[in-house]
Amino acid sequence: MIEAVNLSKTFQDKKRGEVKAVDEVSFVCRPGEIYGLLGANGAGKTTTLRMLATILEPTDGTARLCGHDIVEHPERVRQHCGFLSTATALYPRLTAQEMVEYFGRLNGLDEATLKKRIDQIFQRLDMNSFRDRRCDKLSTGMKQKTSIARTLVHDPPVMIFDEPTLGLDIMTARTIIEFIHECRDRGKTVIFSTHVMREVEKLCDIIGIIQNGKLLAEGTIEQLRQRHGTNDMEEIFVRIVTPHYQEAV
Amino acid sequence: MGLRNIGIVYRKELTEALRDRRTLITTFLVPLLLIPVLGAGFTGVMSAVIGNAKREKPKIMIIGGEDSPGVVEALRKNPKINVVPTSKDWKDLVVEKKIRAAVEIPPDFQADLSKGQARTVKINVYGGELKSEFAAANIESLLKEYRDGVATERLTANHLPAELLKPFEVKRQNIAPPEKEAGAILGGIIAYMLILMCLNGAMHPAIDLTAGEKERGTMETILSSPVSRTHLVLGKFLLVMTASLITAVLLMFSVSVSSAALEKSGALNQMVDEGEPVPQLSLGPAAVASVIIMAVPLSVLFSAGLFTIALFAKSHKEAQSYIAPLMFLVVIPAVSAMLPGVELTPKLAIVPLLNVSLLCKELVTGEYHWNFIILIFLSTCVYAAGALYLAVKMFQRESVLFRS
Repeated sequence: MIEAVNLSKTFQDKKRGEVKAVDEVSFVCRPGEIYGLLGANGAGKTTTLRMLATILEPTDGTARLCGHDIVEHPERVRQHCGFLSTATALYPRLTAQEMVEYFGRLNGLDEATLKKRIDQIFQRLDMNSFRDRRCDKLSTGMKQKTSIARTLVHDPPVMIFDEPTLGLDIMTARTIIEFIHECRDRGKTVIFSTHVMREVEKLCDIIGIIQNGKLLAEGTIEQLRQRHGTNDMEEIFVRIVTPHYQEAV
Repeated sequence: MGLRNIGIVYRKELTEALRDRRTLITTFLVPLLLIPVLGAGFTGVMSAVIGNAKREKPKIMIIGGEDSPGVVEALRKNPKINVVPTSKDWKDLVVEKKIRAAVEIPPDFQADLSKGQARTVKINVYGGELKSEFAAANIESLLKEYRDGVATERLTANHLPAELLKPFEVKRQNIAPPEKEAGAILGGIIAYMLILMCLNGAMHPAIDLTAGEKERGTMETILSSPVSRTHLVLGKFLLVMTASLITAVLLMFSVSVSSAALEKSGALNQMVDEGEPVPQLSLGPAAVASVIIMAVPLSVLFSAGLFTIALFAKSHKEAQSYIAPLMFLVVIPAVSAMLPGVELTPKLAIVPLLNVSLLCKELVTGEYHWNFIILIFLSTCVYAAGALYLAVKMFQRESVLFRS
């Protein structure tokens, strides 16, 4: 379970001065649910998810993952979540197996459990043919599978995906989408950010629309459709965001 | 848990480093090959140049001397020089290196000599040019012999003993123990090389593990793992320090093997005059071990310093441009220690890098001033701890890790 309470992040920019990247964002994401954070570029999606993954520290407010506070116990939070984005690359000089082993060990798994987990994951993701190949020699699809295996190795109850399909070809993106579905089916709490409407419609149970760091609207797809009187997700998004977008411009 | 995580990070970084060609070259190949290549190259070239210069029978010209056949004949008869016919453009010939020297004998030289009047014979040389200097030395010693001969003749004519010219003999004798002699020759160079190698060994891994990670996109990956940032930075720092220390150890190994081999090869015989003792270059195990011990805090200092600087950069290239000026800063104290007359004092013992350079110079000569050793070891440890603390602090700062 993820509970964000007035989560805020301010950056100091040399040219722009104080920039509020995330402004008092609050939401709840439950186990077995996919929460989609929808927003344009620079809306504050990545910063929000980085704070949830404890890569960045909030300037105000907080969040709890599986009951652990992201400010007070960031290491415990990281033990309970898997974070995947197109920016989370692999170590080029490690093999696929070494990469997954490394993160398994850092997550405190003992050698016997680690071996068992790796065998299971590699079998499930069909990775055995390239387990001993160095990451810099892997195809994009293989790399994505290795990244997925890396996030899954400690079987975290919370999964955080930051625009996981950005820049990927259709087949590789499909692997990721299927994986996100699988996570929900296994009862994990899933939050992911995107600006692709099709992904939102396909995957999300609850959608939060974010712009200028503020959570402007939240609800299921049906609720949002009823509220705005249209089935077109893109139209709904534009109607919600436009006044704030112009304000920002 | 903390030590376990540091160990996991260290092992992973070591695995990657051992698969990185650039790290292998800077850590293993450069320190192993630098000294033999430089040593063999330098000694080879020097002994060839000096040997050639010594073997050459230099062409010299005698200017004037038509009324002084005695001195001219003495010069002509000398088998070590080749007297060529006089020409008006003798100055140009010396400058163009067509002749090595020109001896100017003043008019009425011999007549004045017999009257007991002192005159000056000039030897015109190309200053700084080895072959010209050798020719001048030959002429000088020949003229001195001639002068002594004249003086002896005068003494004999006056029924005085020839010993009056040399009331006593002067003889120089080398009583320095071999390791001290080796240290005096190699000490400054070893300190200089040690500082450069410690820095060079740490440089690539420090960049690769900081700016390199940012550039490759793996920084965010590792920050999403449960390992604490302090443990992460310590694991990474230990790898950088290992690379720096291995470089220092291999350098010292290479220095001791190369210097012993050089001494054995006899290449140094070319560089000293006949009859002069050949300096001993081989280093004792105590000297090698003590220099390696001093390299430990030096490696910590460099590793932590480079780590902190490289952490600010967003890419490998940017990090290199930040670190390049540091090389110049490091070279200054390293070179200062090589200058003659710069000795360890309590004040210099707390100047970072210069203190280690000066101490290494002493350690290599087998001198152990324990008060200085403790002071320098401790002060370097303090600087190193400060640099490491800064590295850990910097690694906690989002503005440094996610600088855009």
